[in-house]
Amino acid sequence: MLKIIVCVKAVPDPKEAHKIKIDPATKTLTRADVPLVLNLLDKNAMELALLLKEQLDAHITVLSMGPPVAGNIVKECLALGANQGFLLSDRAFGGADAYATAYTLAKGIEKIGEFDLIICGMASSDGSTEWVGPEMAAFLKVPVVTRVNEIVEFGGEWWKVKASLENGYRLMQVKLPAVFTVSRELNTPRTLSFSGIIKARKKEITLWDLNELGVLEETVGQKGSPTIVSSLATVNSKRIAEIISGTREDKVEQLVQKLADAAVI
Amino acid sequence: MIDFTFTEEQEMFRKAAREFAETMVASKVPEMEETGKFSDDLVKALGEAEMMALTVPEEYGGLDLGYTVRMIAIEEISKVSVAVGMMLQVCALGIEPILKFGTEEQKKRYLPAMAKGERIGTTAVTEATGGSDPTGIRTSYKKEGSDYILNGRKCFITNSHIGDTITILAKDSENPKAFSTFIMEKGMEGFKATREEHKVGMRGCNTGELALENCRVPAENLIGDEGKGMRVALAAIGDVGRGGMVGCALGLQAACLEASIKFANERILYGKPISYLQTIQNKLADMKIDLEAGQLLGYRATSMQDKGMRSSNEFAVAKYFTTEAAQRAAKMAVDIHGGYGCMEEYAVSRYLRDSFVLGPSAGTSDIMKVIIGRWALS
Repeated sequence: MLKIIVCVKAVPDPKEAHKIKIDPATKTLTRADVPLVLNLLDKNAMELALLLKEQLDAHITVLSMGPPVAGNIVKECLALGANQGFLLSDRAFGGADAYATAYTLAKGIEKIGEFDLIICGMASSDGSTEWVGPEMAAFLKVPVVTRVNEIVEFGGEWWKVKASLENGYRLMQVKLPAVFTVSRELNTPRTLSFSGIIKARKKEITLWDLNELGVLEETVGQKGSPTIVSSLATVNSKRIAEIISGTREDKVEQLVQKLADAAVI
Repeated sequence: MIDFTFTEEQEMFRKAAREFAETMVASKVPEMEETGKFSDDLVKALGEAEMMALTVPEEYGGLDLGYTVRMIAIEEISKVSVAVGMMLQVCALGIEPILKFGTEEQKKRYLPAMAKGERIGTTAVTEATGGSDPTGIRTSYKKEGSDYILNGRKCFITNSHIGDTITILAKDSENPKAFSTFIMEKGMEGFKATREEHKVGMRGCNTGELALENCRVPAENLIGDEGKGMRVALAAIGDVGRGGMVGCALGLQAACLEASIKFANERILYGKPISYLQTIQNKLADMKIDLEAGQLLGYRATSMQDKGMRSSNEFAVAKYFTTEAAQRAAKMAVDIHGGYGCMEEYAVSRYLRDSFVLGPSAGTSDIMKVIIGRWALS
């Protein structure tokens, strides 16, 4: 049986992004008023796991780290068709950077046990570092393929996948166990179904805190994060209207000059 | 203590319905607006998404999720298309009489296919001479051997042409005080959909006439006892029909508010977004108040319905309030949009047209007041 672990993250709803503010004192995002949703690219990760489960004998475990409310997105993955869910939740995990997040998730995976394939979205919509997947692979000492956009051959010991580059793709052959981070082009995620939600009633979510995970407080969360945020700023983009006057020829000349100055043409 | 919150699971059902509406319904709206026809693909998609199965018990192939979840689903779909919300809500009107009054054999025969969306349901009561007062209908039945012979004409029937299993109310040709309800199936000899209506709004939601001409209906298609069909038809319309309309109206109210907020934040006047103007804020506040109040009324009624309590009066109040509020919301949304509100590229012009179809469906506001007045005096 193929043992798949899908790592998912609860992120602020992108539709409510305008409500996210920066706390100037702590240099962190204030997002208490913004509902948390399943990270969009993690939906592609879940979809890959579900497609593999439909074609192979597979078992899907969902793993997330976050506040207790992140249990909702784990539940959502169970409703989509995952078999079991784990949530790593403790105040000590808060404020983690990509490194500490990857470390904590890797510890969670070690505690879950054996795995063949770990899948996660290539980035989260709030952090967008694309580091968690590769760092997690490093902690687990397994190969990683980032930005997977097509599974070419699967099912055996060696899998062949395409991974996107800016101007093309890499064709990679990888031996399992491995970590894949996936891109949006990989698939179209399915939507929740009513009967899936009903089936999820019987599926449990296991909650592990710092002690149950068996890690030291200084290795996780903000204390375990080597990243230092020196500053955060809100970028304001405003439309500026300018009326150009003069003869028709003058106006065209001025407009062309302004567009050239702005590097639009 | 009264709990006014939805459960986590109900919120997830809302999310499922919203995702369905955004991914499957939204892209079909322009085509439905242009052609006035319901999309066959959408019928299939609604069935596959188990939207018709919500109130059907598991033993008949349904999900048995109750009427609150049904209203949640209709509300979310109606945020994107009231026409689709209306089509869906009326499917349950075909299901409900069989579910509540049908024999075990009838339930096993019809409900599984209706729950899967393989057979589209509807109910037909209204005629030129009676709708809100169903005793005025002229469609008649006459017993002949063990069969019934039906004659008459039904009008303003939602899903008339796309419906496969239709519960129909008829009057005893020899006793004007006796009414019976029958299960009709598409293709029965002497039974056909005739004129298709072109409504001011909810384009794409099929509405039309049904004609019965010496249509022979076997006794096994009678729902409930002969002569007691009025109760069967009205039970479906009173709770399920009005509940469905409340869901449609709430969805439309929410859509009007959302579109208005978006436009008011983007439209610059006097150097600032018009949402800074108190006169616009007042409109948004009125829409928000109506939506909050409508949700409380609507979900109060479905909560009672889910507990098996009588709720037709509560649904009458909710139906009156939300459909009137939807019309107000659509008018305010168009006003906020100014000239753009008159352009078809902006959804609010559709919302205004759709809002006027909400009122008469499942009983006009005046009829709701008759019911509510009787309740107050009782």
